Amino acid sequence: MTKITFRLPAEDRIVSGEPGESIMQVAVQANIPGIVGECGGDMSCATCHVYCEDQSGFKRISADEEDLLELADAVRDTSRLSCQLKLTQSTAEVTVEVPQ
Amino acid sequence: MTSSAEDAPARFDVLIVGGGHAAVQVAAGLAGKYEGSVGVLSAELHHPYQRPPLTKGYLSGEVDEHELLLRPASFWEAPGVSLLLGHRVTAVDAEAHVVSTQHGVRYSYGTLVWAAGAEPLRIGLTGADLPGVHELRTLADTAQFKREIGPGARVVVIGGGYVGLEAASASVHAGAEVSVVEAQSRLLSRVTGADVAEHVRQHHLASGVTIELDATVVGVMDRGGRAGGVVLGDGRELAADVVLISVGIRPASSVLADAGARCSNGVEIDLRGRTSLPDVYAAGDCTCFPTEDGARMRLESLQNAVEQGDVVAQTILGEEATYSVVPYFWSNQVNLKIKTIGLVSGHDETLVRRGPAPGSLTVVYLRGGRVCAVDAVNAMKDYVDARHVLGARVDPNLVTDPTTRLRDAFRPEVAGHGAA
Ligand SMILES: Cc1cc2nc3c(=O)[nH]c(=O)nc-3n(C[C@H](O)[C@H](O)[C@H](O)COP(=O)(O)OP(=O)(O)OC[C@H]3O[C@@H](n4cnc5c(N)ncnc54)[C@H](O)[C@@H]3O)c2cc1C
Repeated sequence: MTKITFRLPAEDRIVSGEPGESIMQVAVQANIPGIVGECGGDMSCATCHVYCEDQSGFKRISADEEDLLELADAVRDTSRLSCQLKLTQSTAEVTVEVPQ
Repeated sequence: MTSSAEDAPARFDVLIVGGGHAAVQVAAGLAGKYEGSVGVLSAELHHPYQRPPLTKGYLSGEVDEHELLLRPASFWEAPGVSLLLGHRVTAVDAEAHVVSTQHGVRYSYGTLVWAAGAEPLRIGLTGADLPGVHELRTLADTAQFKREIGPGARVVVIGGGYVGLEAASASVHAGAEVSVVEAQSRLLSRVTGADVAEHVRQHHLASGVTIELDATVVGVMDRGGRAGGVVLGDGRELAADVVLISVGIRPASSVLADAGARCSNGVEIDLRGRTSLPDVYAAGDCTCFPTEDGARMRLESLQNAVEQGDVVAQTILGEEATYSVVPYFWSNQVNLKIKTIGLVSGHDETLVRRGPAPGSLTVVYLRGGRVCAVDAVNAMKDYVDARHVLGARVDPNLVTDPTTRLRDAFRPEVAGHGAA
């Protein structure tokens, strides 16, 4: 189980996720505002953009993800599509910031 | 919560009919913000789930049933929202603000949202009710189909649209022998152009799928009380253990039409999701909405369902929202990831671009010299760049040169048109 902190403009929301789930899936299930996940993780929409400082527990960004991020607003160095951030057994905690 | 026909019906301030993407989007948009009670009546027995993965990850076994859920069970247990499964609405009394279900249960509403989606088109084939004959719209349909497509099964798919081709691809992957029978002279004729259709056909052929074009199915053969194959218009027979009929969908609008809502190619809505009936909204595959040129359009896409659902929720909450989107769509089959931006229709010119990646093909569609849609197959950069060039004039030499990025393929506007 991973403890995920979603940093929102007004508050932090803490939700737990299971190995194999993506942060997008967890966010959608928890109705976190700002993470839509419209295409369900099929890399077609870029509506699950987050900032993630510590990405050590996740796979490196792929070329396709990097390209698709161009469709998101206010992209930074730490930008990821949360559908590509898959939780593993070894990640105990992670914090992501949801863009405004 | 149920009541007999004589009792006063249970009441919801907002009653949503349907249990798919649009219905959930409305319920999620209201959750935590809307003060009144929200009821969702779904004809299905499953908690609302995602449809696109049915013929993608679910059929291929990468995604299990649990992962398909659109919201966790707890979402539906929250105070203020009630999900009632197995409730198919069969009549709406718009004046009394009451709906009734197939079991004669009635519910009254303050505001009604019609989000009933679409149902598979049935073409009246003889033998269509035999065991072994399938259609694919729901999880229940897909689960049944999935059980029958193991190694050695002979599968005939009637209809070469996205759903049929995704199912064909998953079936081959599962070890089945697959034939696709398409009445038109090419695949995907409703949704894309000839270049992409041919590209897709080649990749299916290479993966072992047999494709019959210009071929109609006139009936399903009965072999000992089960589907045994199909008979084609030219008299040929194709043996099969499993037959999938996927020839398109029809918007689920008839109940609302009977209630007096203006319907044509679906329930007519305005850009805020309102139907012609008071206090009745609609969203998703069942709707058609006005376009800039005064016509009406119906889309069969997740994005359309989600974004119309958002607009309806916002309108109910008293927020200003209007529907306007750049349509996109995607499909995964064999080794192809097909992504479309814009609508592939009404174009008068196409430009083809082939990138270096395996299976890569991009087609830019122009209408009156301006880009109206782009299909990008295994070409993520082109898919992303497509948003930049949509609506613009492009230089054909640059578009067809894969070493130039598509977003740099603009043709300068003629002086005097547009600012700066
Ligand atoms: C196999 C498959 C693959 C797809 N792949 C893609 C894709 O890759 N990309 C994409 O953009 N789109 C895809 N689509 C299309 C997409 O799933 C639909 O556009 C979307 O589901 C529409 O949402 P909706 O809520 O309008 O309708 P639906 O999701 O169909 O939901 C309608 C719901 O209403 C219920 N209902 C119907 N009538 C009644 C009634 N009278 N009373 C109560 N309940 C009722 C139905 O049982 C259903 O649960 C796919 C569709 C299918 C079937």
